[in-house]
Amino acid sequence: MLRDLQLVAPELILCFGALGLLMVAAFVGDRSLRLVNWLSVALLGAAGLVLLGPAGNGGDAYLGLYRADLFASFAKVLIFGASAVAILAANDWFTRDGTHRPEYPILVLLAAAGSGIMVSASDLLTLYVGVELQSLAAYVLASFQRRDDRSVEAGLKYFVLGALASGILLYGISLLYGFTGTTLFDGISRALAGPEGISTGELFGLVFVFAGLAFKIAAVPFHMWTPDVYEGAPTPVTTLFATAQKVSAMALLVRVAIEAMGPAADGWRQIVIFSALASTILGGVAGVGQANIKRLLAYSSINNVGFALIGLVPGTREGVSSVLFYLAVYVAMTLGAFLCVMRMRDLDGRPVETIGSLSGLSRTQPGLALALLFFMLSLAGFPPFLGLWPKLLVFQAAVNEGYVALAAVGIVTSVIAAYYYLKIVKTMYFDEPAGAYEPGRRTATGVVIVAAALFVSPLGYLLIGPLQQASLNAASSLL
Amino acid sequence: MIKLIVFLPLLAALVAGLGNRALGNATAKLVTTGALFVAAALSWVVFLDFMSGDARSYLEPVLTWIRSGDLQVDWALRVDALTAVMLVVITTVSALVHLYSWGYMAEDDSQPRFFAYLSLFTFAMLMLVTADNLIQMFFGWEGVGLASYLLIGFWYHKPSAKAAAIKAFVVNRVGDFGFSLGIFGTFLVFGTVSIPAILAAAPGMAGSTIGFLGGEVEVMTLLCLLLFVGAMGKSAQLGLHTWLPDAMEGPTPVSALIHAATMVTAGVFMVCRLSPMFEASGTALAVVTLVGAATALFAATVGTVQTDIKRVIAYSTCSQLGYMFFAAGVGAYGAAMFHLFTHAFFKALLFLGAGSVIHAMHHEQDMRFYGGLRRSIPVTFWAMLLGTLAITGVGVTGVFGFAGFYSKDAIIEAAYASGTTPGGLAFAVGVFAAFLTAFYSWRLIFLTFFGQPRWAGSDHIRHAVHHDYESAAAEGTTDSDEAHVDHGTVAATAGPGGAVEGTAGYHPHESPWTMLAPLALLSVGAVFAGVAFHGIFIEPEAGEAFWRGSLAWDAHFYEELHHVPLWVKLSPAVAMLLGLFFAYRAYLKNPGLPARFTASVDTLYQFLLHKWYFDELYHHLFTRPAFALGRLFWRAGDEKTIDRFGPNGAAAVVGVGNRLAGALQSGYLYTYALVMLLGLAAAATWAMTR
Repeated sequence: MLRDLQLVAPELILCFGALGLLMVAAFVGDRSLRLVNWLSVALLGAAGLVLLGPAGNGGDAYLGLYRADLFASFAKVLIFGASAVAILAANDWFTRDGTHRPEYPILVLLAAAGSGIMVSASDLLTLYVGVELQSLAAYVLASFQRRDDRSVEAGLKYFVLGALASGILLYGISLLYGFTGTTLFDGISRALAGPEGISTGELFGLVFVFAGLAFKIAAVPFHMWTPDVYEGAPTPVTTLFATAQKVSAMALLVRVAIEAMGPAADGWRQIVIFSALASTILGGVAGVGQANIKRLLAYSSINNVGFALIGLVPGTREGVSSVLFYLAVYVAMTLGAFLCVMRMRDLDGRPVETIGSLSGLSRTQPGLALALLFFMLSLAGFPPFLGLWPKLLVFQAAVNEGYVALAAVGIVTSVIAAYYYLKIVKTMYFDEPAGAYEPGRRTATGVVIVAAALFVSPLGYLLIGPLQQASLNAASSLL
Repeated sequence: MIKLIVFLPLLAALVAGLGNRALGNATAKLVTTGALFVAAALSWVVFLDFMSGDARSYLEPVLTWIRSGDLQVDWALRVDALTAVMLVVITTVSALVHLYSWGYMAEDDSQPRFFAYLSLFTFAMLMLVTADNLIQMFFGWEGVGLASYLLIGFWYHKPSAKAAAIKAFVVNRVGDFGFSLGIFGTFLVFGTVSIPAILAAAPGMAGSTIGFLGGEVEVMTLLCLLLFVGAMGKSAQLGLHTWLPDAMEGPTPVSALIHAATMVTAGVFMVCRLSPMFEASGTALAVVTLVGAATALFAATVGTVQTDIKRVIAYSTCSQLGYMFFAAGVGAYGAAMFHLFTHAFFKALLFLGAGSVIHAMHHEQDMRFYGGLRRSIPVTFWAMLLGTLAITGVGVTGVFGFAGFYSKDAIIEAAYASGTTPGGLAFAVGVFAAFLTAFYSWRLIFLTFFGQPRWAGSDHIRHAVHHDYESAAAEGTTDSDEAHVDHGTVAATAGPGGAVEGTAGYHPHESPWTMLAPLALLSVGAVFAGVAFHGIFIEPEAGEAFWRGSLAWDAHFYEELHHVPLWVKLSPAVAMLLGLFFAYRAYLKNPGLPARFTASVDTLYQFLLHKWYFDELYHHLFTRPAFALGRLFWRAGDEKTIDRFGPNGAAAVVGVGNRLAGALQSGYLYTYALVMLLGLAAAATWAMTR
């Protein structure tokens, strides 16, 4: 029992911490904002630190419902880190709008706890609980600026479609349970590997579970909510969606695909291939005409998910490791890009979101423009930026298993997306300055931007070795 | 020492080129010119060593270059008598041209660049003549081509200069293509690119055949002809000559150095260097003879009708190169090298003299607007007169002759002595071309220096006069502005039209000493180069001792030159005197005669004026089809196929896809839910029916 508690320590810390802070917020009121904020970040830090103990790689807990392995730990580090940044960034953002409430960091903590459970789930029900804990927090977060129509619309859309996806997921879970007689991943895997092969019911269950999870990672054709929600939600929340939640859902999908449905790989591989290519193409093509930078980054995230999925297709350790590597770099690039967007405000302090308003940013705010240049070129996969490397690994994993055509198409589609990344660079550096910006302010997020920019710059190549080793170790716990 | 000679110019070029404006004009000029004079002095030491018979040929290794399987190429400098001759020619003329350019280019505002190019050219040319293997020779070959391109187009703001530079480059590319094929073929046949090894093996290969373009051809003929195509391009032989007259767009010192004395003779040098190879193929030699003779005739005829002073000398160069080639073709390599040697002096002299005239006449190059200049610029006049005496070959056998007398007569006699049909043809052409040479050379002298001034017709002169008059009037002094002091000044008080009739009030001035000193030195060469050196170049015993096998040498053949019939010996002299007579009649005694004569043979005149219609022929044969082909690829191939289905097509597809995706992204929940469910249904269906 004590052992089990040790293994789930990160989620325990987050859940009890969130409840405690909720009490503080309820009794102290808005004056507790600063305290709750920093305590939340500290809790996320603590949850990350306990990963060094048994929670990091301790094995199964609660009779196999929950698994603490390196794969989960890798994802959790990314999730907790991104969540902490989302809290820090929001502090400045909401305070200026006068809409900041202590509930925000608490909701982020709950979402992080849900994400943690997701990536550690080794049972379909744990999986579902994690997904719902994370989703419910996310719905509220999306409509956090409840006096802003767009924010409310985003929250509602996300909620309705999320409920639909949850239903699909749950239906798939029930089918799998019905046909295999178990909800444990290992049990499902054994049943699918059985001598009688894969039954129609199992196949149906598999497709439904994948569809439900594809919604969470916003892969085509379950991506439709993404642009609307990303645009409408407050920018710090969008950041959280694009990073922490994307990582958790992607990691969960990988674990389900490999651990639970490994024997049925032929059943899901084609679906993943289709979804991957459709995502890269649509993420590129549909993003081309966007004028709102948040919407554009939404399509960028769809595009990136497509590339990450390519790494899942071969189902090898190398492939899984490339997915994790991809997610790590993706989180840095996306966090950086969103943080840059959050710093753009006009002279009245109102946030600026259109691409046109980036005109001549290189002259008005050269530092910010340079950072954004780094993130855009890295997202586009330009050498010598770090963003090239994960794409290379993903394609390499696919090619090594003979998926040459898949990799080739992936490379071609990456060119389409390069267009809009370069367009942002062009707007910043070659267009006449559009309007004055509020001068940059010293905030904690500035440090994060600089760190992320350095990470995606060629300097980041120094970290390739350790990062690749870590992702390989993490992948080894699945395969 | 040889390393110093070769690499000093490179060093100077690098200093002047990289330092450029930061270095300043004076430093760049001093560095390059100083380096060249040192190299020239050392070259004479080398040459005199060989002349006295003390020196032996040797190989100075520099670096390993390429080691790849059978292909072994080293940087190495070969020094023998042939190289020594070329060293002297190159460094001497180059040093004098450097000095001359101090005056000629004084007003140019990118002088360091000019001097850097000149020195770079000199280095490349030295690399060419010291080459121990064909690859290194090709390196120098291309290096001089590059320098030539850069210098022809030196005044790149002039469209005609740019066009001429490109033309020179492209035409040379044709020749270089042949040359490179020749090198490849040589490597294929001999398995080495080392020149001594090839020459040693060449006689053994005579008569063997090789499959080429589907037929069996004699291997040595094929190789020699391919190499000769390269020589034709560089030395402007008939067919690939079209770039040389246009190259006169470059500054005049460049014309003197590159397009008269050195680079254009590279082809002759190459044939002489590889003479044992050519000796192995009678067919190749016959072709060399005929092409040389045809060029000599062609260029001489065209030279008689040119009005641009530099173009006359350019065609003259072309014609003299023809002489050298047919000398080589009949086996008189020593005579070819001799003519190359003397020609370098008197042709550089003529070019630099012409430059001095042009300088004095404010960049007017048309001889129809000269006349009567001998009193205004006497030093230039005397220098050019000596040059003309040298090129026309004035002299008395056994007593004294100007430089051209020894070398040209030797060539004509050799052509006769060879006894072959091409040789006989070349002899006849050579004599006739000697007549034409005398005619156009004296025509140049008479039109430029004698008669009445005809300067008033020139735009350049009028412009200069007007400009000077205005500035003088504005300043209220009798001095004109400094920029024009060198060219000549206007009698400001008299004003335009107030002076001697035909001068437009313009007073040409003699050039500065930096330009006159090279003229004087080259005059010495033009007068004495023949008498001083004919022994070692073409006398049977002295020649054998001098060349020492650095080119194919048949002592018996050179002995025969002394025993040709008297009428053969006299024929060039007679032809020369006839040419002088006609020129005198037409341009001094009876100035109306040329116009009447050309009117009576208009077809011939037009034929010559249009340079035998070569440019027009090439325009229709190559340029227009090339343009048509280019347009086809551009319009139909690139724009309508590649762009349409490639970049533009892909962009259009993305645009359409973007609109479709935008239309689908309606913002309505039910659309989104529908898409999700359709996706789910499709996936399920696919999974079931698989």
